[in-house]
Amino acid sequence: MTPLAAILLRDMRIAVRVGGGALMGVLFFLVVVTLVPFALGPDLALLTRIGPAILWLAALLASLLALDRLFAADHDDGSLDLILMGRAPLEVVVAVKGLAHWLTTGLPVIIAAPLIGLFLNLDAPAAAALVVTLLVGTPALTFIGMIGAAIAVTLRRGGLLLAVLVLPLTVPVLIFGVAAANAAVAGPVPFGTPFTILCALTLASLVVGPFAAAAALRQEME
Amino acid sequence: MRLSASDLACRRGGRDVFAGVSFAVASGESLTIRGRNGAGKSSLLRIVVGLVRAAAGNLALEGGDPELTVAEQAHYLGHQDALKPSLSVAENLRFWSAFLGSRAADTCEPLAKVGLDTLADLPGAYLSAGQRRRLSIARLLAVKRPIWLLDEPTATLDAAAQARLGEIMQAHLAGGGIILAATHGALGLDAARELQLDQKSPSPLVGEGWGGGSSDGAQASTLAHDLATPTPNPSPQGGGEQKRA
Repeated sequence: MTPLAAILLRDMRIAVRVGGGALMGVLFFLVVVTLVPFALGPDLALLTRIGPAILWLAALLASLLALDRLFAADHDDGSLDLILMGRAPLEVVVAVKGLAHWLTTGLPVIIAAPLIGLFLNLDAPAAAALVVTLLVGTPALTFIGMIGAAIAVTLRRGGLLLAVLVLPLTVPVLIFGVAAANAAVAGPVPFGTPFTILCALTLASLVVGPFAAAAALRQEME
Repeated sequence: MRLSASDLACRRGGRDVFAGVSFAVASGESLTIRGRNGAGKSSLLRIVVGLVRAAAGNLALEGGDPELTVAEQAHYLGHQDALKPSLSVAENLRFWSAFLGSRAADTCEPLAKVGLDTLADLPGAYLSAGQRRRLSIARLLAVKRPIWLLDEPTATLDAAAQARLGEIMQAHLAGGGIILAATHGALGLDAARELQLDQKSPSPLVGEGWGGGSSDGAQASTLAHDLATPTPNPSPQGGGEQKRA
């Protein structure tokens, strides 16, 4: 097994075990989305209109929930020292950790989204559009969030700082994610316009995120 | 293989921790780093593995693999054990041997050597401090690396485990390895050389210590300029000289 496969496997294994973040994120997502119809009342037209936005917002908050432990857990138990000393480039290790985080917290949310969408009166085309935008957009949330996670790594309670640092940066992803999901159903903009920008945001964050996070980690360890 | 450092200086949080530390360790040799709390023992080890940048001086490794850095040829056993509570003993060890680049993923033998083979399936959360330490030591055995940097390796170990660690270190030295260990206690190594980091700190604040007497403070500040080491072995070159134990 290569070092990178080892990291991926270890992080995923920890996430699905007791105390891991995998179940927490998707449960939080389900709870938030379930509460919305109770708060708004049974206005089906209203729920349909705001459904994609609610689901996107819940997915954004759910992906931030476990993110503060992405590097802090490794920092607290000394694993980060050994990772920094390792032969695998830190940027790639960080990217692999982000991938493991997305597979365990982002992917379950995407799978749950069309099911919980029934609560918000989403029909099949809207649910499909939502799944596609989440599939493309949530990696950007993880990879933007990892920068904040790396900056807050030495702080005991970095969760709030992480949210303050990261949420403004995720606004474009939220805007174009929701816009694409809405465009697929209601128009008037064609689906491709916001969706292409969403793809671009994700690709940029996949490149920038690991480098920025690795630089922040190196700086923090000094 | 020979690991040598010349005139290393360390500066952390805006204060000078140590300066002018030099040493050389060759294959089969060990160096015990001693000094009071805060003298910079851990910082020195972290400088060697590149986790902390030295303020001055340089570090050289002769005879190692030129493709690899010192850190990539070294094992670092820090204060923390780098273990995940939700993974089992064997999974923890298997992860580190895979990450550190061992092809053979045999965890049984290293675990048996540190006496943890019967606990291989136990989650890390249930281990005692000494057992966690032994699991970290098993990492050194699972992946072959020539340089071992040990920070208080015996801190939580019982007498039997300390003796076992002594044997493990002797075997490593006999195989041509290098050991740098920061410790207050005895390591059970024959002919271990010592590096004393107890030079008076240039900062009077640090020199005063807990006693806080005004005479202590005055003494610290007078000694601050000549960087003299404590009486047993005064040396013109300043702190960090070696002696045969």
